[in-house]
This record gives sequence, structure tokens and C-alpha cells, in this order.
Amino acid sequence: MREDLQHAVKLARIELSAEEEERLGSQLGDILKYVDKLNELDVEGVEPTAHAVPLTNVLREDEPRESLSHEAAMRNAPKTSNGLFIVPKIVE
Amino acid sequence: MPHTLTISQLTDKLAQGELSSREATQSCLDRIAAVDGQLNAFISHDPEDALAQADAADAALASGKSKPLLGVPIAMKDVIAVNGHPLNCASKILGDFNSPYDATVTEKLREAGAVIFGRVNMDEFAMGSSTENSAFGPARNPWNPDCIPGGSSGGSAVAVAADECIASLASDTGGSIRQPAALCGCVGLKPTYGRVSRYGLVAFASSLDQVGPLTKDVRDAATMLGVIAGEDKRDSTNVPEPVPDYIAALTGDVKGLKIGLPKEYQVEGLDPEVKAATEAAVAKLEKQGAEVKEISLPHTQYAIATYYIIATAEASTNLARFEGVRYGARVDGASPEEMNRATRGAGFGEEVKRRIILGTYVLSSGYYDAYYLRAQKVRTLIRQDFLNAFKEVDLIASPTTPTPAFKIGEKANDPLQMYLSDIFTISCNVAGLCGISIPCGFSVSGLPLGLQLLGKPFGEPDLLRAAHAYEQATEWHTKRPKIG
Repeated sequence: MREDLQHAVKLARIELSAEEEERLGSQLGDILKYVDKLNELDVEGVEPTAHAVPLTNVLREDEPRESLSHEAAMRNAPKTSNGLFIVPKIVE
Repeated sequence: MPHTLTISQLTDKLAQGELSSREATQSCLDRIAAVDGQLNAFISHDPEDALAQADAADAALASGKSKPLLGVPIAMKDVIAVNGHPLNCASKILGDFNSPYDATVTEKLREAGAVIFGRVNMDEFAMGSSTENSAFGPARNPWNPDCIPGGSSGGSAVAVAADECIASLASDTGGSIRQPAALCGCVGLKPTYGRVSRYGLVAFASSLDQVGPLTKDVRDAATMLGVIAGEDKRDSTNVPEPVPDYIAALTGDVKGLKIGLPKEYQVEGLDPEVKAATEAAVAKLEKQGAEVKEISLPHTQYAIATYYIIATAEASTNLARFEGVRYGARVDGASPEEMNRATRGAGFGEEVKRRIILGTYVLSSGYYDAYYLRAQKVRTLIRQDFLNAFKEVDLIASPTTPTPAFKIGEKANDPLQMYLSDIFTISCNVAGLCGISIPCGFSVSGLPLGLQLLGKPFGEPDLLRAAHAYEQATEWHTKRPKIG
């Protein structure tokens, strides 16, 4: 796999097998070559579109309301203790 | 055979007392037991829960209640939250996840009286065009089980086409409702971006995702849209546009409606049978009184590249949440980062990995302007193409897919070829339009073909009117596959 793609794999935090790395590397290379097509266009002065509806800064009143209970929010977690999520040790 | 009924046929029979919701629901459950071993449309379903909902609907019917979907069994794509039911997005990474709340569309279906049952198969996280990328095995096309049903909402299309449910609710990010509807011979509607709340829909690409129905006819699609459309304070991208009466739009009359045919859609790889069926369908609409003219969408050839940059970029951030801490499966590691890497490496399938890596790449420092920002600018050009075209016409017609359903495995090792098959459906999401696929014929080999109509933002009434008028004049939508 190309070095720049390896960097993306690292940022994306996805472990790949050697075989996956080789196959994905070549497929992603093809896809990147294909999307280079966009360089044919002159986009000077064109505004980017982030999404297709003309909505900005949708606000609502800041009012207290019911939310998920602590228990419901925790119930799908793989590891919990005393109502907390458990993760591997961060600091020695 | 209640499972073969449409929503409108079933609700009529329920209202007349000719049939109970329990009988209709049991009929769907029996049908699943008979054919789903072969088709694999359902990841899971809970017969007891479905029948309990049906009994509640029968009690409501007996007390004289009338609601648009009262007692109607509807299957849910495995990406929409139903409180107390499993939600896997057809992925291993969610483990035994069980939804702690209802999506807004689920609430709306409940309020309308639907019997909400089953988790239907899909491409993992809605990424794919064939339902081969499911951790629960591929779904199969009921017209030919060696062929793909399309994707990502393949399970929804199979369940509807094979009469395992009355209708299904799904999501469409680049064609995921319309493409499988075309390949399985049913109706698939993608509403305008902002028309339907996405609260409780697991996000794939937030600027493109939209919820919509797969149904047996156009009237049912109009009924479903009327139920699920509308403002929701829990989705800030929801547009506060009034919801019209979509059934009232089904006048059967298309006189004066202007339909555009994009000259750029004569693409390489367009199957001659698909081309002929689309031309015949447009000729039929013209005969019914529509005006047909050629239009131009000059940036068509850039749509797929634009889509796959934007969609993967958004997916890479949306799927960062699956890290083995708050929900789903976990693979242990010595540090949090190692645990994340191991969890995501084991939990995601290959297409999802490919897209997350691509999305991370196009957003990463040094590449953002060259890929992501440029794609957003081309998106503006593509959207302008459509807005310009819609100054001249009311609707745009095209095939839904360039070919009929292909064989399972045929494109599995060539993701780029798979992406290129999305050419006709993708722009609708990029430009924020509405679109529908309706049956318009069969290939010589007996596979369904779909006609796609695209409408202006919030132009669903015209879209449904034309689709319905065409359907009234044809019998394609009444054909059913022979299975088992």
C-alpha cells in the first residue's frame, strides 16, 4: 500500500491483514485515479455546496426535556462498571 | 393470500372486516417461513411481537379507529431504530445492539397504526449496490436467485417483491432505495433531502441520506410518504415545508407535464434492453399527454467521482463512533488505540473499510482542498445543472440502472465497476432532489427493469402523479416472481 494511504489507515484506526492491505491498496489506487477526473474542471470562483438545502443556524429554545436514561444509554456498552464505560488503561 | 396485497387493498379489507391484521401478519410470517431460506431478505424477525401489534391493531379497528396504516405489516431496513429491537446495520461491529429509542419515522409509522416487524438485510452500513456486503450473507433476487437484488436496501426490495411484507421502509444515499426497487420490480421513492426526518437513522453520509419507502405500487408510496414526511425538531436538516396531500396528486392525468431526457445519459455500458424499455415508457407518457424534450446536464460525467469523495468523507467521520467503547462489539487491546484498531479491523467488512480509508484520505491534511473541497465545488455545478434543467421541465426521465440485475459475485472484486453502476441514481442525492423508480418492463431473461423519474426539490406531487399515471396504463407492477 502507498505510504499516503497507509497514513490514512493509521488515522482511521483500522487494523488490516497483510492481504487486505495489498488488495485495498490497489483498489483505492484505482479509485483515486478515477476521481482525479475532477481536475479536468475549472472550479475557480465556484462556491462549495456542503448540503443541498438552504438552511443555516437552525436554532431552538434551550429548554430542559427528557433524554435517554443513564441505564438505556449504557445498556449496549461492551464493558461497564458502576455506570461507567471501561476502556484499557490510558496512563501508567 | 393477504401477504400479496398492497397497502390500499389491505386497509380496504381491514375496514370492511373481510380480513384481520392478525391474518395479514400471519400470512407474511408464513410467507417468510416458506421463501426466506432461499432469499435471505430478513436478518431477524420477532413473530410474537408482530402478532401482538396486529392484535392491538385489530382491537383499534374493532373500536372504529381509522388510520392510514392501521394493521399493515411493514418491514424495516436494519439501519432504522425501533425501540427494543436489534439494530445491526448488517454489520458485525454492532454486536447484539438493541435500540434504546424509536426513530422519528418509526414513531410516525406507529402513530399511523403500522405493524412494524423484522430487520431486513442490506449492504453493511448501507454501503453497496448489491447487498453482497452484508455480514449476514447476501440477499437474493426473487426473479433469479443467482442474481443480486440491488442495494443497499436489497432486503427491503426482496421482501416487498416476494410478498414477505406489505411495504418496507429504507434509506437512500446514492440510489439505495431506487436501484434495488428497479432490479426487483417494485416501487422505490427517495424523498427530497430535508423532507423526512433522519433522527434514529444510522448516519452514513449526512448531506445525502434520506429515508423513503419501497412498495408494491405508487399509491402505496404516496401513502407512506404522507405518513413519514414533515418537520422534526430533532433533525436540524429537516425543512419546515408543509406536507401536501400526496394521494390527491394521483389524478391519472399528465397532460402538459414537461419531461426532460438528459442527452448525457446515453452512457457507455447502457444495456440495449434497458434503453428500449425506458424509451417505450417515455413514449407512453408522451401518448398520455406529457411533453417530452431533450435537456442537458453537462456535468453528468463528474457525478460519480463527486459522490464517492463526499459520501466517503462523511462516512469516515460518522463511523468514527464505532470504536468499541459506547456500544457494539469490542476486541481487546493493550491501549485504547489498539483496542479501537482491533475492534474496527474485526468488526467492519471490506467495503466499509475501503470507504472509511478513502474518506479519511480525502479529508486528511494536504489532500482536503484537492479532493474534498473540489468535490463540494463540483457538487455546486451538478446541482446548478439540475436547477437549470428544472426551469424548462417538471421531471427528468432515465433508466434507474444501466443494466438488469447482475450475477452474485460478478462485480465483487472490482469496487470501481460497482460504483459506476450508480450513474443514474447518484445525482439525485448530490443535488438534493426527489426521485422514484417504477417497474417498466422485463429483460429477455425475465429480470425486471426500472424507469426513474426525478423531480424538483419538494416536487414529490408531480413525481408521484406521473409515476401513477404510467402505472395505471401498464401492468408491470402487477407481475410477481415465482419462487419455491
